[in-house]
Parts: sequence; C-alpha cells; structure tokens
Amino acid sequence: MQTVKEKEKEKKMVAEPNIFTKQRLTGSEILVRSLIEEGVEHVFGYPGGVVIPVFDKLYNLSRPKIVLCRHEQGAQHMADGYARASGKVGVCLVTSGPAATNLVTGIATSFMDSIPVVHLTGQVGTTAIGNDAFQEVDIIGITRPITKHSYLVRDVNEITRTIKEAFYIARTGRPGPVLVDLPKDVLLSETEFHYPETVNIPGYKPTENGHIQQIRKAAEVMATAKRPVLYVGGGAIASNAAGELNELAHKTNIPVTTTLLGLGAFPENDPLSLGMLGMHGTWYSNMAVNECDLLIAVGSRFDDRVTGKVDAFAPKAKFIHIDIDPASISKNIKVDYPIVGSCRSVLKDLLPLVQTSDTHDWLEMIGHWKQTHPLKYKKSEKIKPQYVIEAIHEVCGDDTILSSDVGQHQMWLALHYKFIKPRTNVTSGGLGTMGFGFPAAIGAALASPGRKVVAVVGDGGFQMTAQEISTAVGQRLEIIVAIINNGFLGMVRQWQELFFGKRYSHTCLEYTNPDFVKLVEAYGAVGMRVERHDEVVPVLQKAMQVKNLPVFIDFRVDRHENVFPMIPPGKMATDIIE
Amino acid sequence: MQQHTISLLVENKFGVQARIANLFSGKGYNMDSICVAETENPELSRMTIVTTGDDMVIEQIIKQLNRLINVLKVVDLTFEDHINRELALIKINCTATTRSSIIQIADIFQAKIVDISPKTLTIEVTGGHSKVQACINMLQPFGIKEMARTGIVALRREYTGRSPDWSSSKIPA
Ligand SMILES: Cc1ncc(C[n+]2csc(CCOP(=O)(O)OP(=O)(O)O)c2C)c(N)n1
Repeated sequence: MQTVKEKEKEKKMVAEPNIFTKQRLTGSEILVRSLIEEGVEHVFGYPGGVVIPVFDKLYNLSRPKIVLCRHEQGAQHMADGYARASGKVGVCLVTSGPAATNLVTGIATSFMDSIPVVHLTGQVGTTAIGNDAFQEVDIIGITRPITKHSYLVRDVNEITRTIKEAFYIARTGRPGPVLVDLPKDVLLSETEFHYPETVNIPGYKPTENGHIQQIRKAAEVMATAKRPVLYVGGGAIASNAAGELNELAHKTNIPVTTTLLGLGAFPENDPLSLGMLGMHGTWYSNMAVNECDLLIAVGSRFDDRVTGKVDAFAPKAKFIHIDIDPASISKNIKVDYPIVGSCRSVLKDLLPLVQTSDTHDWLEMIGHWKQTHPLKYKKSEKIKPQYVIEAIHEVCGDDTILSSDVGQHQMWLALHYKFIKPRTNVTSGGLGTMGFGFPAAIGAALASPGRKVVAVVGDGGFQMTAQEISTAVGQRLEIIVAIINNGFLGMVRQWQELFFGKRYSHTCLEYTNPDFVKLVEAYGAVGMRVERHDEVVPVLQKAMQVKNLPVFIDFRVDRHENVFPMIPPGKMATDIIE
Repeated sequence: MQQHTISLLVENKFGVQARIANLFSGKGYNMDSICVAETENPELSRMTIVTTGDDMVIEQIIKQLNRLINVLKVVDLTFEDHINRELALIKINCTATTRSSIIQIADIFQAKIVDISPKTLTIEVTGGHSKVQACINMLQPFGIKEMARTGIVALRREYTGRSPDWSSSKIPA
C-alpha cells in the first residue's frame, strides 16, 4: 500500500490542471467545475473507459474528493447514506454499461425513499448510441421508472444547465434521484464555461407553502378532535421539520407515531411518543391509530407496511394529510383534509392557528396501554439481539448516526433503539434493500465528520456489499459495524416459522458463513467477536476507542429470536401478535 | 369506470413520450389511445390520451402526469365542453357490384374515397369516436382488409360561457 507521503509526492508530479483559468474547457472539465459550483465535497465513484477523463480532472482536487468504492452499488448506497445523514445531495460517478446497471438497485432504493442523489454515468459517443457499442446500455430507459428525472446530454454546451437542473430537481419538492448520462464525445469536446445562476424549468414548480384555507380547516378539526394522532413519515425529516413538529405536538398535546423513515423526527423518550407503527410497530401505536378519531399524516404515504388491510386502517378516523407531493395524497386512502406543501412550511403556518386540545383522557388511555403492552423481550443467558441494540444506544449516545440493513435486525433497531434526533436513522424503507446498511454508513460517516456512525447489519445482508470493507479501511473511517449474526436469513426464517410450517427452505447460513473476524482482518480492519451477554457492553466500549479504522463486531445472538409485535401481512391492527 | 379524455401540453423533447408511456405501463393504467404532435409552438407538443378508470385512478393519473418534469399542463376534458376528432383510413374489399353501396355509405358519413383499386376502396373518415365507429360498423360486412386509426385528438371549446379550468395544471392559465 502507498503511504500518505508517497501519495503526496506523486500528486505533485502531476501538473495542476488549470481548469479555473483556461478560456475553453472540455466537457469533463466543465463537469468538474459544475460540481464545484454545486458545492459538492464527495463524489462516490468507480472509474472506467468513458469517465477516465473526468477522473483525470478530479485527480488532484481536494474538493470534490473521489471516494473509490469497490462496486458501483456500494457507491450508490454511500451517496444515498451521505444524503440521508446530511440533507445534502449525494453524488455518484460511474462509467457506462455494466457500471451504470450496477447502480440500478441503489437508484430504486433512493427513489422509494425520496432521497436526493445525482448519478453521473458515462455513455458511448453520441454517434455510437444505438449501435450496441462496447459497454453501451440504455441506462436512461432502464432507470426511467425509478428516477425523478433524467437527462441524456447531447451537446457540451448543455452540461452546465443540465447539472444545475439535476441538483435542483434532486433536492427540491419531493426529493429524489436524478440521472445524467454523459456521452464520451460530449465529455471531450470544448466550449466556454458559464454556470447559470438560476434554473427555469417550466414544468416543475413544486408547491412549498400550503393553502392557508386548508391549514385553517385542519386547525379547526384538530381543536375538536378527542383522540387525535400525528402519523409522521420521512417527509418531516426531508423538510427538516422536527422542530416544528415537536412544538406542534406539545402545543396541542397530540401523541406522535412515526413510520420507519420518520424515526428521529420526534424524540422517542418524549411521553407523547408512541414509537413506530405498522407491521412491526408497537402495540400501543397501532392501537392508538385503530382508535383515533383524527389521523394527521405528516410527510407519510400510507404505505402497505403501515396500513396493513387498507379498509381497516384507522377505521374511526378523519384524515388530514400534509405532503409536498400531491400524488401521495388520496393514493391509497381517501383523505378528508389534503394540504399540499412542505411539512416544515405547513407546520409553521399551522402552529399559530392551533389550540391546546383536551386530550387528557386519550393520553391517559394510551398511558395505560403503554403499561399493559410494553415493548418486551425475554431476557436470557444467550445474547438477545434487542439487548445489543439497547447496549449500542447506551454506549454510543443520542448523537450517533445509525444505519441499518434489512431484516429482523432492522426492525429490532427501529423498535428498541430510542431515536432522539433527526437524520440519525439511515435505513432502506420503501425498497427494503439488503446490502444497503454498511455502505450507507460509509456515506453517512463522510457526511458527518466528528460523529459516530454505527451500522447494524445481518449476517446475510452484510455479505451482499461486504467488499466495501476496503473502502471503509481506505477512508480510515472510525465506523462500527454490528453484525447481528443469527446464522439465518432471519426475517425470512421468521415468516417460514410462522406461515410456512417451520420449513426453513434455504435460509440457514450458519455453516457457510465466513469467520467475520478473519474476513475483516484480511482487509486490514478490526474484528471483534461477542459470544456472551456480559461482553456486549465492554466490547462496544472497546470498539469506541479504536482510531482510524472501522471495527466490525460479530455478535453471536440467539438464533431463534423473532420480531414482535407483528401484524401479519394483509391483516389489521387488532390481529397484532405480541 | 369511465372513459376520460386527458389533454397534455408537454415539452417537445427526446424521450418525453417514452416517459408518459412508461408511467402508464408501470402503474398499470389503461391507455385506450394516445395521440401526439407538435403544437403552434415547436418547443411544445400536445398529447391527447384516452384512458379508463374510476375516480381515484383518474385522479392519480392526472397527479402522476403532473409530476413529470417535462409535462407543463394536464387537463381532464371529459367534463369540459370540448371538440374531439379521430381519423380512420379503412381499406375495404369490393367488387363491381358492391362498390356503389360502399360509396353511398361513405357519403352518409361525409367520408372521402382516397384510393381505389379493382378489388379495394380506401376511405378516409373523420369525426367523433362514435361516428367513426358507426362508419366502421357499417363497412364491416363488406370485409375490411386493413385499417389505421389515429386515436382521439381534442381541444377545449373557447366560448363555453365559463372561465377555463386549468386547476390541475402547474402553471396558471
Ligand atoms: C436484495 C434483497 N434480497 C432479498 C431480500 C428479502 N429479504 C428480506 S429480509 C431477508 C433476510 C435478511 O437476513 P439477514 O441479513 O441475515 O438479517 P436478519 O433478518 O437475520 O436480521 C431477506 C432475504 C431483500 N430484502 N433484499
């Protein structure tokens, strides 16, 4: 491996590119200048034929800095995690063909959760497009249903405007992934650099502020409701509305339940917090929604993992729905009081209009439910995964950013970790992408210098993107990766246990799993193993002390633990299994 | 379930039609017909889509279309006073004996004979969907050899006595 000194020396040997002084710039240079104009600090990427000139221009720059991943899917999840943790636009840069298709799962992940990521893909030369040229793929066509918007740049003069628009579209309105396809000849042709100051997209004017008449009506209904519930989703985080939400809940005394993506929007140690709702939500949040007379949806979209059987969801309630995307409103459930606008702006306008509601009896009833149906798990000699989650919170504190993969561990984290602050929860909700958690933690860590990042992953999902250990080591990131190792594809095993007569078809990984400690050590990372309950906290504390390297902890947890509560698929709140 | 005629103003750019077709296929919406061409402004195209669905589906279709960046205006013309027209080219088998009956039918529909051969006649008929359908039904017994229909194009009537309702569009009229 090169030492830092050697690297510096090598850098000096290469002539500085004068992209800031030259009259005419190549497409690649214009692209790099445009990224600088957008304030991009990190570009998650992987080189290849068409984008070599772009990588060349980025070679000596400290900003943007290329973060070299080991698989383009990893780069995409890193950019996504970066965006979730920081609220800034994540950026990916990869070459054409197979590199572009490697992004697809990640783009769909960002699309489902409305995460702003700009993807720059190389493309074969404009005259070769359509000829089945080497490494040609119609990536615009492939990603059309999973991008907010996409561009094929056909002229070097269009690069600046396109990049400006791509970033603007990605981060405004309902955020989402944008793809910019850059043909080889466009990257090589020359023109002058002029970065536009403003965007003008006639067909794109997202509604930021809610209709005041509608907001007034909402305030009126809220005042008369006897059993109201705030149902908060990722939109509250995307629009940075946690402060306003907190004020609203306390001013009105309305309890708050969040979706998986809404975790962190409202502090879970607050007496008004009901935790997460839905398939694996708390008993009391699901019961509160079942009994409520007014459900105030804030940046949430009535996803089927939340509603279960749609006709039986909140059967006694009227609905207020605040969302920036009109298409989210009345999609699954007919809403009584729609308000189109960003959550933050609408809550701001709503705040002075609401009164303290008399929810005393309602909160008392909920308090009783919390006592009689608390979140629980059986304590035992074996390491309980829920205990590991609690220990992580205890050792790492409220400010830590948690990313998770997909499966049982994700649900345990959502239930047993008490999220306090927004943007501390990085998880793939809508698509449920295994392999997301670890690379997303790398992105989150790069976005948040000085803050601890912990990835909670399953032994299955971790192996889907484990190659990124190299990236984490290369970046000297002090992240902790907690592998909740149950030797199974646990969530699938749980369904097999409950719904398929315990026929564990192809879900046991135990005998073929690698030795995770040896595996990460081979990459130069730190590996630790925990096999006893009383080692959980001390090992986590030890991991917190490790400097300049990622730590991977193999937690050998109880293999047969299940996630409860659970509302079986397609069932209703009252069918909940505790 | 009702048939709706939706009129769109879209940017006349590469890939826009594909985006719209993709939306319909991806979301499983019906597309009974789609018709598109440049408008008086070469930067814009007008698209007329005929689709079928219940109220909630139609509401979603309009909202989803509005979400597309290249779409400037979406109007559901179904309950507006509007003109709609379709054109069909119908090639019918004929013999010396049936030829005059076919021409008579064409006359009734104010259709034109646009091509003739010893064994066929090609008729061009325009009108609302039901008129074109009626003409086709009348010609069916003679044996339709080939047919091409444009699908509906539509525009809102100007003098309806009401102010135009562009409420579902993104930019004010
Ligand atoms: C890419 C992908 N493939 C398959 C699935 C289906 N799936 C959901 S959870 C799960 C099991 C995950 O197992 P593991 O990573 O070990 O986590 P655990 O559930 O044991 O905590 C699977 C296979 C998925 N969500 N994503």
